[in-house]
Amino acid sequence: MPTSAAVENSVPIISVRDVNKMYAGGFQALKKINLDIKRGEIFALLGPNGAGKTTLISIICGIVKASSGTIIADGYDTVRDYRAARATIGLVPQELYTDSFESVWATIKFSRGLFGKTPNTTYLEKVLRDLSLWDKRDKKIMTLSGGMKRRVLIAKALAHEPTILFLDEPSAGVDVELRHDMWRMVRELRQQGTTIILTTHYIEEAEDIADRIGVISKGELIVVEDKDILMRKLGKKQLTLTLRQPMDSIPAELSAWPLALFDEGHTLVYSFDSQKEETGIAELLRTLGEHNIEFKDLSSSESSLEDIFVSLVRQPKGAWS
Amino acid sequence: MNIYGIRAIYHFEMARTFRTLWESIAAPVLTTSLYFIVFGKAIGSRMGDIDSVSYGAFIIPGLVMLNLLNESISNASFGIYMPRWAGTIYELLSAPVSWVEVLIGYVGAAATKSVMLGLLILGTARIFVPYEIAHPLWMIAFLLLTAVTFSLFGFIIGLWADNFQKLQVVPMLIVTPLTFLGGAFYSITMLPPLWQKITLFNPVVYLISGFRWSFYGVADVHIGMSIGMTFGFLIICLTIVGWVFKTGYKIRN
Repeated sequence: MPTSAAVENSVPIISVRDVNKMYAGGFQALKKINLDIKRGEIFALLGPNGAGKTTLISIICGIVKASSGTIIADGYDTVRDYRAARATIGLVPQELYTDSFESVWATIKFSRGLFGKTPNTTYLEKVLRDLSLWDKRDKKIMTLSGGMKRRVLIAKALAHEPTILFLDEPSAGVDVELRHDMWRMVRELRQQGTTIILTTHYIEEAEDIADRIGVISKGELIVVEDKDILMRKLGKKQLTLTLRQPMDSIPAELSAWPLALFDEGHTLVYSFDSQKEETGIAELLRTLGEHNIEFKDLSSSESSLEDIFVSLVRQPKGAWS
Repeated sequence: MNIYGIRAIYHFEMARTFRTLWESIAAPVLTTSLYFIVFGKAIGSRMGDIDSVSYGAFIIPGLVMLNLLNESISNASFGIYMPRWAGTIYELLSAPVSWVEVLIGYVGAAATKSVMLGLLILGTARIFVPYEIAHPLWMIAFLLLTAVTFSLFGFIIGLWADNFQKLQVVPMLIVTPLTFLGGAFYSITMLPPLWQKITLFNPVVYLISGFRWSFYGVADVHIGMSIGMTFGFLIICLTIVGWVFKTGYKIRN
């Protein structure tokens, strides 16, 4: 019999059901989105520009109204029980939206109050110290660098102790140091039980940090999968052979193999399924030898999440499954 | 009710005022002083009393009302337009605050500022002209009611405006002319009969008349009409704001 904690963990912390968004001009930004976010996970939402990532986040957070559908956040309907739902959510927006003339301390105090929390200077001090902002607490935000402003936005989002944190393109325009600090903090927050949903253009970051990946394209959620399973399921390996003699075309006797020629016939590439027990490499090499096709070098490579992402968003819906 | 949320918005808005306290006070006080020097002293000394009230004292309620209307509108419209312009409104929209609470925070702060300024102008006027307030409670009631109503009106303008110019258009092209033509500097009984009738379509006439009645016990229109019109305008503004929040017009779409 499952424990109560296990049952709680099995209930999604965010549940998006049949959410559509049609803008006044007739543009459909989201098409029947269904998505469950697990409690305590790091979920990366990937998609090209204009795919609908920010619209989906904005609807969950209450900034944009959905045309139809329902969203439950930590057990609360985001429209009907908006107070309880929003109190659990922190949002770090993509753009550096700040009150330029306010001090860092004043702006995070404002955020905590706005979300209905009692003043707690000890907690706010911890947030600022964790983000290396404590020394800047009396500075006006307008005097800070872009990276520091990003930290301020993160501090504002954390000021009311949310259990769900949305990070919309958090690494856009920030330096390497902050990016490292930020991912360290994201991992720490996850350890403390915070659920994190992020969008990013840096797919290698999603590959590095996320537990699960969702890919959204043209307003449709085309895949949601555990990162490792996604990599295994859709990842491909390639064997690249540098030929001694260039070929004009692939000989007829090799037509059964998934081969492609590149580099004006100097490079032969064999793609194979990384999940299959038999890769077919030994047989291919033997066949090449039988037909006197010599090569001077060979290397193998595995597709990255980025390759998978690109192939997903280029394919028509359904082709990936 | 998210009391902490209301307090956060109110304090944020009041802090903005106190950061620019000197600019917030200096300009209206200087302008009002000039009005008293020019109209109250230089011209007023050559004019007869109106309804047994010296001209200098007669214009005080009108001048206070002129400033109250403009300040209420500009404070509230700027207050809500700034987060829309700077993008920081995302936080307000994603916070567990109802629009009534948002309204109490913004309109409350804007009305507080304009009432403070109105009292400051009354204090400044005392330096130039002696006056008495016949109905002080009514005076405060008119002051508060007008400040809240026009702060609501300013809030609507701040939601409607797409740029800084639009923020200025309504106060400059509508409110200021209506105030000048609403009897701030004259009694409407001094106008020709036809204009007396036309001027009754100007809502500001009722505000100034009622406010002046609270000072001197004399009014251009019946005090009941003034109170009714002020409440009427308040209800119109509340209805528009209610519709804006219900539909999400220019906010959530």
